[in-house]
Amino acid sequence: MTDTPLQRTPLFDLHVELGAKMVPFAGYEMPVQYPAGVLKEHLHTRAEAGLFDVSHMGQAWLEAAPGEDAAALIETLLPGDIAGLAPGRIRYSLLLNDDGGILDDLMVTRTPDPARLFLVVNAACKDADFAHIAAKLAGRARLVRLDDRALIALQGPKAAAVLARHAFGADDLAFMESGTFAVDRVECMISRSGYTGEDGFEISVPAEEAEDLARRLLAEPEVAPIGLGARDSLRLEAGLCLYGHDIDTATTPVEAGLSWTIGKRRRAEGGFPGAGRILKQLAEGPARKRVGIRPEGRAPAREGTPVLAADGREIGRVTSGGFGPSVGGPVAMGFVESGFAASGTAVTLLIRDKAHPATIVALPFVAPNFHR
Amino acid sequence: MSTIRFTEDHEWIRVDGNTATIGITDFAQKTLGDIVFVELPEVGRKLAAGDAFGTVESVKAASEVFAPVAGEVVEVNEELTGEPELVNEDPTGEGWFIKLKLADASAVNALMDQAAYDKHIKDQN
Repeated sequence: MTDTPLQRTPLFDLHVELGAKMVPFAGYEMPVQYPAGVLKEHLHTRAEAGLFDVSHMGQAWLEAAPGEDAAALIETLLPGDIAGLAPGRIRYSLLLNDDGGILDDLMVTRTPDPARLFLVVNAACKDADFAHIAAKLAGRARLVRLDDRALIALQGPKAAAVLARHAFGADDLAFMESGTFAVDRVECMISRSGYTGEDGFEISVPAEEAEDLARRLLAEPEVAPIGLGARDSLRLEAGLCLYGHDIDTATTPVEAGLSWTIGKRRRAEGGFPGAGRILKQLAEGPARKRVGIRPEGRAPAREGTPVLAADGREIGRVTSGGFGPSVGGPVAMGFVESGFAASGTAVTLLIRDKAHPATIVALPFVAPNFHR
Repeated sequence: MSTIRFTEDHEWIRVDGNTATIGITDFAQKTLGDIVFVELPEVGRKLAAGDAFGTVESVKAASEVFAPVAGEVVEVNEELTGEPELVNEDPTGEGWFIKLKLADASAVNALMDQAAYDKHIKDQN
């Protein structure tokens, strides 16, 4: 790490006022938890609605040059079918390097303007991602970073009812659909998406309006502020990958269980980075796979925990693990050799040099509660 | 009359004759957050002062717990296996970790008393 001073999001003062414990994360000072604590924040989000500051994430427009098509251009960098997306629809996709390794995961939104796509990338990767995209598409498209916008996620079964009180019609959005709405008279881009396994929204709001908006949403009886701690346990239970842990440049989409992000047309046509290797893995199966792991007992298996076969041989490692508050016990995910990836396979976790029995399970750990 | 002493690592130790009860302080449980798992040593294990004898896992991370003084583990708090949240609820009571038969009961005198520990916490904040 460098000694660069930590950045603050537009909601920093509000976090401090709410009593958040602030920690360094991806170059920002972010709230890891509020006084309620991770457990209560997690359960609140699953039952009511949680408000998350995700302003550290990278938002940008990709604007194609005249005569160019933004969807066709971004498809040269990722395996998703973007050209086939209807305007206003969002796709989860993966920026790939030439070996098919994952540079980052991101959200791509098709806007009514065919020359423009809206991108949201991970905080820790945003500078590298934007530099990569700008370099690869130089002369044909340009990236316009939206560093003057905050991003607020409202997640949970009550999120739609709450947001509808402030943004008329926002609850009519379909899952993975985006639109522009007046939120209490402030123009915002709202996406029905999230990182919790619950129904919810991500609201892109001008930085100077973010605190007022967050305060108005937090004033709703169903809404509580939720920190990064619960964000992590929520996404882990939902079986969602955390970049830099579950996926990275050494992982392909097929190994990561993200083959569903590779569009049918893209499989037929190729034309994305690492297509040769990825299409071969799709046809033959990968040597290792991402799986869910349910430890028996109560000991959480953290990232890096070795996964052993019955004969004691290491067959993989945990990449994310902890306590799942909604599951009521430890949950983990990791990569294992494909021969051990079937649900129900008994494995052993080596936690602090002690063997703990565990079972390979299908992801997610909690049934998704998306709006369909 | 029992005496309670504290370590810089935020363990407490309460001595009764030749036996001592050990746990983590209120400050420690607050810092760790919601505790979801406690790993305890086997009865009969001999510990030197400073030995890691267990692990406490919160929703956030795992932390080791150290023996404030030397001794032999004579009892562990089995309740924590099923109810690790006892450490949050009552860290210096129901949430105790282990009981030690002390090698040298006077060794605790070198540890911090309540006033010194209070100051230690203050200095950390």
